[in-house]
Amino acid sequence: MKRSAELALDSKNVSQKKIFDFLFTMLGLLSLMFALITLLALILDLATTGFARIDSAFMTSFPSRFPEKAGILSAWVGSIAVMMTTACCAIPIGIAAGIYLEEYAPKNWVTALIELNIINLAGIPSITFGLMALGIFVYELKLGQSVLTAGLTLGLLVLPIIIVTTREAVRSVPSTLREAAYALGASKWQMIQHHLLPYSTGGILTGVIISLSRAIGETAPLITIGALTFIAFLPTSPVSSDFPYLSFQWLQDPFTVLPIQMFNWVSRPQSEFHVNAAATGLILLMMTLVMNGIAIYIRYRFRKKIKW
Amino acid sequence: MAFRKKTKVQQTLRFTSANHPVRRMRRIREGLIETFLFLCAASSVLVTMGIVGILVKESIPFFEHVNFWDFITGTEWTPLFSEPKFGILPLISGTFLTTTIALLVAIPLGTVIAVFLSEYIGPQKREVIKPILELLAAVPTVVYGYFALLFVSPLLQKIFPTMSGFNVLSAGLVIGVMIIPYVSSLAEDAMRSVPGYLREGSYALGASRLQTAFRVVIPAAFSGITSAYILGISRALGETMVVAIAAGMQPNLTWNPLEPSETITAFIVQVSLGDLPHGSIGYQSIYVAGLTLLVITLGFNTIGFWLRHKFREVAA
Repeated sequence: MKRSAELALDSKNVSQKKIFDFLFTMLGLLSLMFALITLLALILDLATTGFARIDSAFMTSFPSRFPEKAGILSAWVGSIAVMMTTACCAIPIGIAAGIYLEEYAPKNWVTALIELNIINLAGIPSITFGLMALGIFVYELKLGQSVLTAGLTLGLLVLPIIIVTTREAVRSVPSTLREAAYALGASKWQMIQHHLLPYSTGGILTGVIISLSRAIGETAPLITIGALTFIAFLPTSPVSSDFPYLSFQWLQDPFTVLPIQMFNWVSRPQSEFHVNAAATGLILLMMTLVMNGIAIYIRYRFRKKIKW
Repeated sequence: MAFRKKTKVQQTLRFTSANHPVRRMRRIREGLIETFLFLCAASSVLVTMGIVGILVKESIPFFEHVNFWDFITGTEWTPLFSEPKFGILPLISGTFLTTTIALLVAIPLGTVIAVFLSEYIGPQKREVIKPILELLAAVPTVVYGYFALLFVSPLLQKIFPTMSGFNVLSAGLVIGVMIIPYVSSLAEDAMRSVPGYLREGSYALGASRLQTAFRVVIPAAFSGITSAYILGISRALGETMVVAIAAGMQPNLTWNPLEPSETITAFIVQVSLGDLPHGSIGYQSIYVAGLTLLVITLGFNTIGFWLRHKFREVAA
């Protein structure tokens, strides 16, 4: 008698557990759906408002006080110029720092300090990078509110991302490969140059693309250095017909970028400007999503291709 | 023939000697490369020093004009008026209000999603879902600002008809959704690194998945989950564009999320939009605001560090 009662209790417990498990599965699915539907709503909202506004005139016009005449020429050219500066500044330093910390760094307090510092740097609000750039680059070094200042600021901002992904990529190369290279008489740098870097290209590339996609959408630090101005001209062309043919004047030119142009239009009361903002936002969103898509694809490809 | 053989041996012998010019060159080159790589790594410390240095340097003259006690207890923040008042409390209340709303969204949803991804579905589905979820964190924040102001706010006004177009609620909710992937990805990584035998032990004692997740996996992964929450808090505290666009830039000492307010970050943006002369007290006020934000963020990170340390000891 007692035995069957216990069994009944057990089966009741089991069915109760199953119900709770099922309920939690539903909760998990709902939470996931909520997040993904918000993302979808965001994309659809931008697309329905802004897609019709994107045409060749929009891409080739300067900003204007008339919403229907305004375009994003100076913004997208500025974005490309700033991205190039950021890439040139952050990629070499980031990869070099990642390799040093993973392959060379001795276990001492200097290394511990650098590592702790990189973790902290990743958690510092992006706007404080803008304040630093305003104080140091704009006023102390007198670089002005230029493409160079913006590129350096964003470069320092994304440096931790590149360092961390480089370290992960280098770490995933098995030590047998390193030892094989040393056994054949390679020096440390030869080993890194000929073996480590080629094998970790996929991981490093993923980090570089993710960091650039972060930099391209970053707005706050650039507003802080005073970049929100009316720019109805392009930076100086990097190629000229006169000697020396290559010019770096564009680095010192004032600029605007896509997210700043979008912020400018969003903060105006007229809804015609909001349509322009949506179109800019849609372009910006597509650029970041495509960059992230490429990064995911590269990561997937390299993970599949290399089997240690 | 014999002559040639001899030289070869000689060459080999010479090559192994440590003072051979080729070897010396190689040592110098290796040393130079290592120095260069070290300088690159050390430059990241310079960035931090630059940030802290400039924030402190510009804040010191500010406190020559403004009493420190008035600054941290004052309830009015009007640095751009002709009779400026520098009480940081309205900005702090705005910052904490948006952060609290964002965390009320991100921590429950992020944790549930992390448990779901780590304990309830297989690796194949997880590999697909995780990158898509992480796209939420890749969307530019200015786009989220647009979304909060022109999509979420009008939607919420149907529920709260008296709500102002600029309000803390919609900004906070949108930031919350934005930081879900920061919380869920890191928490999920932490849960998945919990060794499988702990789960199997729990299942063997007759626990369900839910019981295993909440009584075994989460406690074991607590230190990693704490890092995930702290990262979420840091992101929410430092988020700028969403609040600058959607929360209205008015310093407002309130706990009512339906009203407009201003965060520390939004104030910095507001001042940067104008053209303040270098060295004026308004210019210094953005550095003081930035320093306050940095101190708050570092404070939370320290608490997180301490919690991680404490619970790691307990788990071991």
